[in-house]
Amino acid sequence: MATIHELHTQLVNKNISAVELTQAVIAHKAKVEPIVHAYLSDSHESALATAKAVDEAIAKGETISPLAGIPGAIKDNICIKDEPATCASRMLEHFIPPYNASVIEQLQNQHFVNLGKLNMDEFAMGGSTENSALAKTANPWNTDCVPGGSSGGSAAAVSSGSAIWALGSDTGGSIRQPASFCGVVGLKPTYGNVSRYGLIAFASSLDQIGPLTRDVTDAALVLNAISGHDPKDSTSIPGNRVDYTTALVNDVKNLKIGVPKEFFGDGLSADVRKAMDEAIETYKKLGAEIVEVSLPNSKYALSAYYIIALAEASSNLARYDGVSYGMRVAADNLVEMSTKTRTEGFGPEVQRRILLGTYVLSSGYYDAYYLKALKVRRLIKNEFDEAFSKVDLLLSPTAPNTAYKFGEKVNDPLAMYLEDICTVPANLAGIPGISIPAGMSSNNLPIGLQLLGPAMGEETLLRAAFTFEQARPDCQLVAPTGEVSL
Amino acid sequence: MKISQDEIKKIAFLSRLEVKENNMANIEKELSDILTYVAELNELDLDGVEPMAHAVPLHNVFREDEEKPSLAHDLALSNAPEAEDGYFKVPRVVQE
Repeated sequence: MATIHELHTQLVNKNISAVELTQAVIAHKAKVEPIVHAYLSDSHESALATAKAVDEAIAKGETISPLAGIPGAIKDNICIKDEPATCASRMLEHFIPPYNASVIEQLQNQHFVNLGKLNMDEFAMGGSTENSALAKTANPWNTDCVPGGSSGGSAAAVSSGSAIWALGSDTGGSIRQPASFCGVVGLKPTYGNVSRYGLIAFASSLDQIGPLTRDVTDAALVLNAISGHDPKDSTSIPGNRVDYTTALVNDVKNLKIGVPKEFFGDGLSADVRKAMDEAIETYKKLGAEIVEVSLPNSKYALSAYYIIALAEASSNLARYDGVSYGMRVAADNLVEMSTKTRTEGFGPEVQRRILLGTYVLSSGYYDAYYLKALKVRRLIKNEFDEAFSKVDLLLSPTAPNTAYKFGEKVNDPLAMYLEDICTVPANLAGIPGISIPAGMSSNNLPIGLQLLGPAMGEETLLRAAFTFEQARPDCQLVAPTGEVSL
Repeated sequence: MKISQDEIKKIAFLSRLEVKENNMANIEKELSDILTYVAELNELDLDGVEPMAHAVPLHNVFREDEEKPSLAHDLALSNAPEAEDGYFKVPRVVQE
């Protein structure tokens, strides 16, 4: 399995050059993309140019950074100067950002090789990537199934080997759930750990950029590159960050892991439950203490989440009015121009969410919905705080089910929302979460294990995830098309 | 919680979206289903609970009032659907 850290060693030892590596991944990508369709645009030329620069640095005997020369790809809601950023929407189909997101500046400092931009649910709204207006991405494990979402392109690319690593964004599970569906590692950092500057906004108090990778070590390496305080994001947490690779310790002996019973509800499939029981057994054998905990208000998290996320979305997406950038449908007056532009430019799910968000913020309903949801958010945060005063981490499934077939839920928005039940509480509370592979279902689809930690507790998350990964090689599987030949 | 077609028309106008007549019944059902689900929050006693808009307790993040480089004028206009003389161009707002 080609990982960042293994390939870095091969580059440094001159077993392979960065240009050869990039060419190999591009060749592999050409084979799998006609089936998987993870990408919306390519930047092979600049990728090869960066790889060449990395080779020159290696030849001169310079020390290269851990990500230097390792081909990755970026979710299409993160701005890269002079590359398209469509958000998988007709509205932004021809938008070319005139600036870089802060995470891109940070990655460019590491000489990262960018292969292109990845498919997603339109404006990151959805859990299957079926809401993309521009492409249909398949799950590399079973191409009849969705890759999850909204970072479905990111998860499918890493799983199918058309990128060694990727960035995604997570507003209610959009990194963790597709990682779970595609059998890769997905990390949602603490809110404020990674800058949101240059991330096209969906719900600003919930959005967070994070890595999708092939193993936990790689997740730590990418997090090292993108975390840190950014003066351009006023919600960015001040202060220096630790070196997250120091957390990759194969030991959970003194850790107390809580199992919140509310995350193991009625909708949980038997296969997922079995994988969770086995994961709990693994942690017990490794010497962690497992305790059952209760987060009674988490059953209200989904409702609070959708009210808050949709309210923020309706406000954030008001900017697409056909005036300063994006699509415009011509009309005789301003209101008609905006209305026609938005009606043609946004897909059905985005329109549904804007309508609902506008409704819960409108006069007469603000107190009944939005204010109530903000209060419930406080209760959920308090409950997590209390839980983390007793345990170091919480363990749950990432999603109640494995990947489902195309079209299965797309016509029933509420059924689709219910799939987010295990992931949204972390976004409301701003805490970090990771999804790691925890086995396969009876129909051969990956199952994800979610670990949640207190705010800025990424080190404990990474340590527990790393230890699980070392103990359970049976869970570290590569998708049928995922092996890159170098 | 059921939403009426009149309310949908009102929020559609506020949202600058057009709901086509033949899609109205569908939208009415979808929005009503979701609003019925989230009405479960009414079960909770929330008196005295402080609303939480943000998970990170950062307030009044200021910086020094210094001049810094910003996006160049031509770049700011580079994605404009229509621009003229250094400005965004829109349809006439004030009618004759």
